[in-house]
Amino acid sequence: MQSRRTFVKAGVGIAVSVLVQPSAVLAQSDSLAAVVREYAGTALLREGRVKINIAPLVDNGNSVPIEVTVESPMTVADHVVGIALFNEKNPQRDVAQFTLGPHAGRARVATRIRLATTQKLVAVAKMSDGTCWTHAVDVLVTLAACIEE
Amino acid sequence: MARTLITVPSTARRDEVIEIRVLIQHPMETGYRRSSEGEMMARNLIRRFTCRFEEDGKAGNGVPVFSAMLYAAVSANPFLTFHARATASGAFVFSWDGDNGFSQSERTGIEVT
Repeated sequence: MQSRRTFVKAGVGIAVSVLVQPSAVLAQSDSLAAVVREYAGTALLREGRVKINIAPLVDNGNSVPIEVTVESPMTVADHVVGIALFNEKNPQRDVAQFTLGPHAGRARVATRIRLATTQKLVAVAKMSDGTCWTHAVDVLVTLAACIEE
Repeated sequence: MARTLITVPSTARRDEVIEIRVLIQHPMETGYRRSSEGEMMARNLIRRFTCRFEEDGKAGNGVPVFSAMLYAAVSANPFLTFHARATASGAFVFSWDGDNGFSQSERTGIEVT
């Protein structure tokens, strides 16, 4: 007979596996991964240094404020070359691509975007030393940007 | 001419990093929507935005500060915030290019002390 103790342990195990899974299972859809790879070229993609600031819950998908910041001194020797923003479920994967340089002074860009549905956003920052950094966020959209009117 | 709203400080100290905000009036029609008559509405986007800095008394086209490729996922009336290092007095030149031959340029001067 199964004791209460082992039953509770099993339950905790299942709960933990459910909590841990999302990052691995909800891996990026293929087309999103492909455009990210195309932008990064042959560089290794690492997480960190770049950060997307966006409200996790979006009321109106027609105009969503978004900010991308990259940790970088922005000097001639070490600066951000470009930042690209991709989405998972809009009709097109591209959102915007920014080109920066040492004259930009600070690697922080903000704009307003459209989101067709609840989805994942990925930012990729390309550095002058050739490294690429990414950050992905999930946003929940309650009122979608209209694709049809 | 589309209306623009550009925010650049009029003065800055040398090597100060300043914030620049630009907005332009434009529908950014995605090409994925239908009109009330059921016809697909033609795509009409601003594709590219660039910002260059022209130093006073220097010839040429200036130095690139920032540029952006915009796609259908950018909201109507594209709004961009970015930064620039104030190195000398001069002018920032902003230009937008897009579908149907859309092209517009604006310039804003800055005094660096």
